[in-house]
Amino acid sequence: MLYPRIIPCLLVHNKGLVKTVKFSAPKYVGDPINAVRIFNEKEVDELIVIDIDATIENREPDYKMIENLAAESRMPLCYGGGIKTADQAQRIFSLGVEKIALSSSVIENPLIVSEIAAHVGTQSVIVILDVKKKFFSKKYEIWTHNATNNTGKDPVEFAKLCESLGAGEIIINSIDQDGVMKGYDLNLIDQIRESISLPMTVLGGAGSLDDVGELIRKHGIIGIAAGSLFVFKGKYKAVLINYPNPIEKELLIRANFN
Amino acid sequence: MITIIDYGCGNVKAFVNVFNRFNIPVVVANSKEQVRKASSIILPGVGAFDFVMKTFNESGLRDIVENKVLVEKTPVLGICAGMQILADSSEEGKEKGLSWIKGNVRLFDTSKIPYVTKVPHMGWNQISPNDSQLFIKIEDNSRFYFVHSYYFEVAEESNSIAKSIYGLEFTSAVRNNNIFGVQFHPEKSHNNGIQLLLNFSKI
Repeated sequence: MLYPRIIPCLLVHNKGLVKTVKFSAPKYVGDPINAVRIFNEKEVDELIVIDIDATIENREPDYKMIENLAAESRMPLCYGGGIKTADQAQRIFSLGVEKIALSSSVIENPLIVSEIAAHVGTQSVIVILDVKKKFFSKKYEIWTHNATNNTGKDPVEFAKLCESLGAGEIIINSIDQDGVMKGYDLNLIDQIRESISLPMTVLGGAGSLDDVGELIRKHGIIGIAAGSLFVFKGKYKAVLINYPNPIEKELLIRANFN
Repeated sequence: MITIIDYGCGNVKAFVNVFNRFNIPVVVANSKEQVRKASSIILPGVGAFDFVMKTFNESGLRDIVENKVLVEKTPVLGICAGMQILADSSEEGKEKGLSWIKGNVRLFDTSKIPYVTKVPHMGWNQISPNDSQLFIKIEDNSRFYFVHSYYFEVAEESNSIAKSIYGLEFTSAVRNNNIFGVQFHPEKSHNNGIQLLLNFSKI
């Protein structure tokens, strides 16, 4: 049977790994290559690595770092951060990366999705939408540049647009839930899941494997990504890279997936 | 030496990375001279059927690869779209396949798939393997990483050496003598995938 995907998401800042809370207060949690090696040992389903400096600094992706990560990664690797052109995407694929994630560049120019997909196939082009709830409203808006720039765009409509342009997958990242570890924004996830049939991955809020199980129970085949859950341990949030072992994962999925 | 055909489709570097970790020498071949020396061949492939076939045809490497595989009987392993082009044809395109293994590539029957996302079939799925060489030390129901929307429907059941289930049971690996193909990505499938590539390197 096909399994839901449980995916650690790592953030790179000043060449180290960090974990944020609501996209702020980055806390150092280790070395990127070392983390990839540990996640290899734990046989994670996929890995997402986002360079949160590249767009803010308006610079190219760090190709050397990406090459090193890809050389170590024994599982599918998704890289995001600073990708603006099809040439940059092509170069990242040639380093051994399976998926590239676009965010602010797609907001500025949605057609980049089609352009890159034409070169590398649709399944490799992922769009990440960083989403925040509007004040005093049930609606959501897409933000960019590490949650400093409100685009005012509706994530449901924009996800549909990305699907029509040939994106291979949408990652929905909740800014409000980021690092809070109190559960995913299920309402947001429902809204997007009902509007697109693309593969979808959700990020932001997981505080326990119960939160992961809840999503599997509700949505079955879905990508369930988490940052804090897989880099912190215990109520004092000690830095410890962790991930359910194959038996724990099998039990978690079997208990919730039908 | 193990030779990865670099004809412009597929994640060549990912295979190099796997073999490098085990200090197994590999060649990335983009010339006939390099292909001629191959002791076994990996044929990667990512993208639509016609794109992959056209790119392979125009690479100038098809003749020498066919000579190696069909005349010299050099072991070859097609991966993902590199497996699908081993067939006669595909519902995805109009180009002729290589016809090294009889069969057609078909779109999944989406009416049988109970998920919101019908295709691609993407993620980790189990295989039931049945081959004494390619699947040494790979158990029944081992998990591999897949991403595809079409599957290889073999004309002769004996060419199917692994099955998986996605809405329907489909062939996830094929073999015809020295010609092998896998629909999943061993280069991104942790220890099972590494084991499979090591097995192939010893055939």
